[in-house]
Amino acid sequence: MKRSLERLTLLGPGLGYLTVLMVVPLALVLSYTIFQRGRFGGLVYEPTTENFLRAVDPLYLDVLVTSVEIAGVTTVLALLLGFPTAYVIARLPGKWKTIALVGLVLPFWTNFLIRTYAWIVLLSPAGMINDALTGWGLIDEPLQLLYTKPAIVAGLLYAYLPLMVLPLFAALEKQDDQLLEAAANLGARPAKAFLTVTLPLTLPAVITGCVFVFVPSIGNFVVPELLGGGQTAMVGNLIRDQFLKARDWPFGATLALILVAMLMLLLMLQAWSARRLTGDKNA
Amino acid sequence: MLKKIPFWITYVFLYVPIVVVVAMSFNAGDSPYSWSGFSFSWYAELAKDEQIRIGLGNTLLVATGSTVIATVLGTLLAVGLARHTRSKILDAIATLPVILPDIVLAIGLLAFYSLIQLTLGLYSVLLAHAVFGTAAVAAVVRTRLNGTDPSLEEASRDLGANGFTTFLRITLPTLAPGIVAGALLAFTLSVDEFVIAFFTAGPQSPTLPIVIYSMVRFGVTPEINALATVLLAVTFTAIIAAARLTRLTERR
Repeated sequence: MKRSLERLTLLGPGLGYLTVLMVVPLALVLSYTIFQRGRFGGLVYEPTTENFLRAVDPLYLDVLVTSVEIAGVTTVLALLLGFPTAYVIARLPGKWKTIALVGLVLPFWTNFLIRTYAWIVLLSPAGMINDALTGWGLIDEPLQLLYTKPAIVAGLLYAYLPLMVLPLFAALEKQDDQLLEAAANLGARPAKAFLTVTLPLTLPAVITGCVFVFVPSIGNFVVPELLGGGQTAMVGNLIRDQFLKARDWPFGATLALILVAMLMLLLMLQAWSARRLTGDKNA
Repeated sequence: MLKKIPFWITYVFLYVPIVVVVAMSFNAGDSPYSWSGFSFSWYAELAKDEQIRIGLGNTLLVATGSTVIATVLGTLLAVGLARHTRSKILDAIATLPVILPDIVLAIGLLAFYSLIQLTLGLYSVLLAHAVFGTAAVAAVVRTRLNGTDPSLEEASRDLGANGFTTFLRITLPTLAPGIVAGALLAFTLSVDEFVIAFFTAGPQSPTLPIVIYSMVRFGVTPEINALATVLLAVTFTAIIAAARLTRLTERR
């Protein structure tokens, strides 16, 4: 009896709060997906499948595909840049390792909008990069760098690259160098040792890093808006517009549900691969 | 040496934008791109900006309020989850705010507030920020809990202390560093948070990120560079101070 009272005082307030302000709101969004938009933006409580049919309309499907494409390219680039970076950091001597890690997360702790703004300054027609390129005589006219898909990728990569490096660093640092020595002694060349020893051992961290970059990238609407200039809509922009501009909440909720479903699938894949790769039944 | 090239690319990539933004904040002209002499004029402009002052005040209020709620709820939740249940569902609820895309929580809260006909203001943001704050505090405190020995609490009970006394005199003091770290994390997350605030703030009560967002959308001015530089200086100082502090306490 006393034990259960204790449990209630410890768990009750927090779980109660999260239930009211998270579980109920999410359930609400879920329920909106089957209702219709009223003529003046309100809700009509008549079940319909219209929202889901609309979401697979080529017009909107295109936005989903573009979102996956942009978030995917960002993730691949983050991996290509992040893996060697984490590898070097993991092998730095003690003090330099700390400095490199702090240096990695410092920009990450600065305001997200400011970090995005910095890229507007860099990529503008009159910005730093165009200035340098024309100054060196490499180009005559400023390039259109801002308001393009690569600009969005650059902004997302800049925002989330540390999220790729950190899990990779953690895995690479734990790795026993003797394994590589053993591989070398057995005649494996560095490339072969990397492919057969390092890579399989760090694969769970690779997948974790990819999820960490992909998830916030695909739902982002600020970077596509500020660096894409409204030329390229991602699913986040679409959801935002349905809720704040078009006031078609059921359709916005449906798009959000599709986004969450995609991410859940990804997380399940991650958990499954982590179990497979480490052979740990409890992971 | 060749192997280190991606490493250097990463750090150049991370710091060039910051250096450019900071350098251009001291530009005399009104372009954030081309240099026309050194000046502090944009900092003077910034100090006069009413919108930014309002935004900063709102942000500090939201961050403080949500951190207080999050610290109390998150700490209790962490102890409860670690010691009193094995439920996977309760576990999932407590970690969901961390993995859920912010825009999904944002539209959920907007829909919920509109359903209960709550007028959006500053408190609607405060309550929303306490959601992910609670999850953050609970996560940090739990990592601390995993490293502590439950037999201390058992000993306290065996010696006749009731649950409340044990919690107050044994559990809380051992968890204190984790609670402080969790509270700091919740505060920082709230100060930086834009998407949820954008959806749940009333039109009369913008937080600082919302003010920055509308400034950036409206057009680039070196005033934003100045603001960015001030924010960078504050963050960098805070992080270095926090690192020093943890080193000092660890040494003891």
